[in-house]
Amino acid sequence: MADTGIGASVRRKEDFRFLTGRGTYTDDINRPNQAHAYFLRSPHAHAKIKSIDVAAAKKAPGVVSILTGADIVADKVGSLICGWVVKDKQGNPHKAPAHPPLAKDTVRYVGDHVAVVIAETLPQARDAAELIKVDYQVLPAVVDPARALDPGAAQVHAEAPKNLCYDWEIGDKAATEAAFKSAHHVTKLDLINNRLIPNAMEPRAAIGEYDPAYESYTCYSTSQNPHVLRLILCAFVLGVPEHKMRVVAPDVGGGFGSKIYCYAEETVCTWAARKVGRPVKWTAERGESFLSDAHGRDHVTHAELAMDKDGKFLGLKVDTIANMGSYLSTFATCVPTYLYATLLAGQYTTPAIYCEVKAVFTTTAPVDAYRGAGRPEAAYLIERLVETAARELKIDPAELRRRNFIKPHQFPYQTPVALQYDSGNYERTLDEALKLIDYKGFPARKAESAKRGKLRGIGLSAYVEACGIAPSAVVGSLGAGVGLWESGHIRFDPTGSVRIFTGSHSHGQGHETTNAQIVSDLLGVPIDKIEVVHGDTDRVPFGMGTYGSRSAAVGGSAIFKAADKIIAKGKKIAAHLLEAAEQDIEHAHGVFKVKGTDKQKTIGEIAFAAYVPHNYPAGLEPGLDETAFYDPANFTYPAGVHIGEVEIDRDTGVVTVVNWAAVDDFGTVINPMVVEGQVHGGIAQGIGQALLENAVYDKETGQLLTGSFMDYCMPRADDLPSFKIGMTHTPCPHNPLGVKGCGEAGAIAAPPALMNAVTDALGVRHMEMPASPARVWQVLQKTAKAAE
Amino acid sequence: MPTVSMTVNGKAVSAEVEARTLLVQFLRDKLSLTGTHVGCDTSQCGACVVHVDGKSVKSCTMLAAQAEGAKVATIEGLANGTEMHPMQAAFKEHHGLQCGFCTPGMVMSALDLVKHNPSPSEHDVREWLEGNICRCTGYHNIVKAITAGAAAMRR
Ligand code: FES
Ligand code: FES
Repeated sequence: MADTGIGASVRRKEDFRFLTGRGTYTDDINRPNQAHAYFLRSPHAHAKIKSIDVAAAKKAPGVVSILTGADIVADKVGSLICGWVVKDKQGNPHKAPAHPPLAKDTVRYVGDHVAVVIAETLPQARDAAELIKVDYQVLPAVVDPARALDPGAAQVHAEAPKNLCYDWEIGDKAATEAAFKSAHHVTKLDLINNRLIPNAMEPRAAIGEYDPAYESYTCYSTSQNPHVLRLILCAFVLGVPEHKMRVVAPDVGGGFGSKIYCYAEETVCTWAARKVGRPVKWTAERGESFLSDAHGRDHVTHAELAMDKDGKFLGLKVDTIANMGSYLSTFATCVPTYLYATLLAGQYTTPAIYCEVKAVFTTTAPVDAYRGAGRPEAAYLIERLVETAARELKIDPAELRRRNFIKPHQFPYQTPVALQYDSGNYERTLDEALKLIDYKGFPARKAESAKRGKLRGIGLSAYVEACGIAPSAVVGSLGAGVGLWESGHIRFDPTGSVRIFTGSHSHGQGHETTNAQIVSDLLGVPIDKIEVVHGDTDRVPFGMGTYGSRSAAVGGSAIFKAADKIIAKGKKIAAHLLEAAEQDIEHAHGVFKVKGTDKQKTIGEIAFAAYVPHNYPAGLEPGLDETAFYDPANFTYPAGVHIGEVEIDRDTGVVTVVNWAAVDDFGTVINPMVVEGQVHGGIAQGIGQALLENAVYDKETGQLLTGSFMDYCMPRADDLPSFKIGMTHTPCPHNPLGVKGCGEAGAIAAPPALMNAVTDALGVRHMEMPASPARVWQVLQKTAKAAE
Repeated sequence: MPTVSMTVNGKAVSAEVEARTLLVQFLRDKLSLTGTHVGCDTSQCGACVVHVDGKSVKSCTMLAAQAEGAKVATIEGLANGTEMHPMQAAFKEHHGLQCGFCTPGMVMSALDLVKHNPSPSEHDVREWLEGNICRCTGYHNIVKAITAGAAAMRR
């Protein structure tokens, strides 16, 4: 079984359909009699809508219906919600202004939804939208989070004075102040975590449909979590009973967080489908994705690290302003708080930490979780600070980290910012990474680069993250509006084939293979006799979906638990068939054996007996079909060290990544090939953030200046090197598979490693991301001038 | 509405289309060949790459009418039943795809590269893929897959 079981690089079951063009993405679906939706969006960052005149547009060819905010009000369609309540320093809940799916009287970002035109064809809908006359009274914009709290800044919501969503804190302020008083050295840094646009390659899409015979809706959507979308659509927005709504998230072309949320478009399509009596389909153009997908990051931070004379960390103080954008997206509030500040201990024993976060509204697109979600912001801050401290103290950066690492014997380790790390061996990943990059050989490589006139730099980053979200009771106590367990269901057929139904959702992660590997391994079923079903609320049990690297740790564990139930029942059936006592039956990989004999039954025989129970244990239910729900005991804590090496061209400012080593500890690994692929993709997004990507709004007008692939620099094949990947394995002690999660690691680890390398090469203390050629060139000019 | 006719994956097809119909819309909407994807609106991402008269073309950048009389090949035409083309097989073997959205364009683009350059180096592949964006894989395994696929095609 080893060739298809846990630990094997099984080639993916899903690949054939994707490689032959037979995937089914939402836009590939067409429903009989469907109409097409086109959203008229605000061209202004901030404006009052004085009037909307749709008379001419309604008469345009092919138009079926035009709906506006007035219809939302008339139909009592609810507000798009934020599902996580963050309490401020005084214990008050965050400010939660209404977020109507179509704007009522005010638009608050360029791309905000003003009206929807539904027509026979998409070109007709688009043509008609041009005939809608909207009278706007333009209001001032505010885009920079650091300016949002200024007196005189444009006010985004009347409910949120000074644009403040919340002012939150974590940690022991007094203990941290005391640590700073006793410090030998303090390193200070101001940094910006640049705003990013997720840009999954498949644009968001939705089809709403209403069946009057059953009074029920179907929503096809590019969702990472179809049940959560259904819950929000039903319970909060449309007021439909959950059993009257089916959400289907078929093949989804990447998500990275941006497809977690309940957006205006799927809401409007589903609502409108009933109103117009036809399926309503919408697919985003890439320009719409740029404008209206939830963006990521956008923090402005001041941080200080206190150390004793040996470089031991004594205290960390952090002050962050986080941009929420114009409205609160589904999980926006928890990202710069519980997914960020709780990770500020990093891999270190820093005994006192205090962090304040002010979340602010601006006239920009909503900001929410994007690959890593809070953890990249934490890792960037810690690892830039540590690297800077090492330079100031003239201690080798690897050595300074080593001095402060949490040691293997200290686990479980309680940090001063709420989390208890379960397991890890940070020195081992550091040692492996130093070996993999040939750290000792760096000076020679630097000299060689210098001979060619290039500046070479090296940078480390040692990150830890919290994955496998999460114990429901814990997240509930922190404000989450949902539980965060997962479901797994294993169904045997009489002839021994198996379907696995999972509440997690694959949008590139390879679940159809890795989940099958778990069952193939545990129950000895050939992998080609296993099919994984996900992404349809009518087919799979209620599940929480895929984000935060949770699918293996939580979803996989649920499948493991369901397999346990299959085994327990199988033992009863085997004991009966083999005329032995149940306690004498031992099971391994689908073979049930009477201890100490060669009498056995295979899982296939057991399944047949369960469905054709002619000779069957009295009182036992027929069938071999088990469901389990798994609620983890803790988060998991993957960790690792990434080391990047760059070469900089003095004349052009171009930074080339010439060497990259990543050593990650994800605990047990189900499919190394898939896991390495996740790491590669994460690193590419991390390098993208550090070198290339930057979402820029015009400070005056609030226009998105980086609204296409021509203006927003996505990492391309020739921007990146091949990566050196290593792994260590400290199993997670509290889930049955020992897995920790790998989906976000690269995006968390890469930006600080890269910026440490860039600043090392340039010999400067700090520069902001992205280290684009223009910015690097400016730094080079400045340092050259200073040297004169 | 004008009628356009062309050969797609070896089959003669013709349909009435609005003059502004793009080739990719013709393939997806008229022929239900949904393997060719649309990932952008600025001819940048390459999710829509097909072959027109043997050359790789971004089908979002060409009107259907411009393909009048042409021989068009899409991802759906590559495999022989369940037997994948060596380039497709190499993508599977080397995990050169995750969500699969960029994949048809990547494969079609790779085949045009191999036509020009039967033994591309890693550098050649990376340069060639300038017009194909993948958000999932970090390109590492796509590059591996294309060099391996090219080698398999030489055999
Ligand atoms: S869809 Fe053709 S290049 Fe993006
Ligand atoms: S595999 Fe998802 S975009 Fe390339």
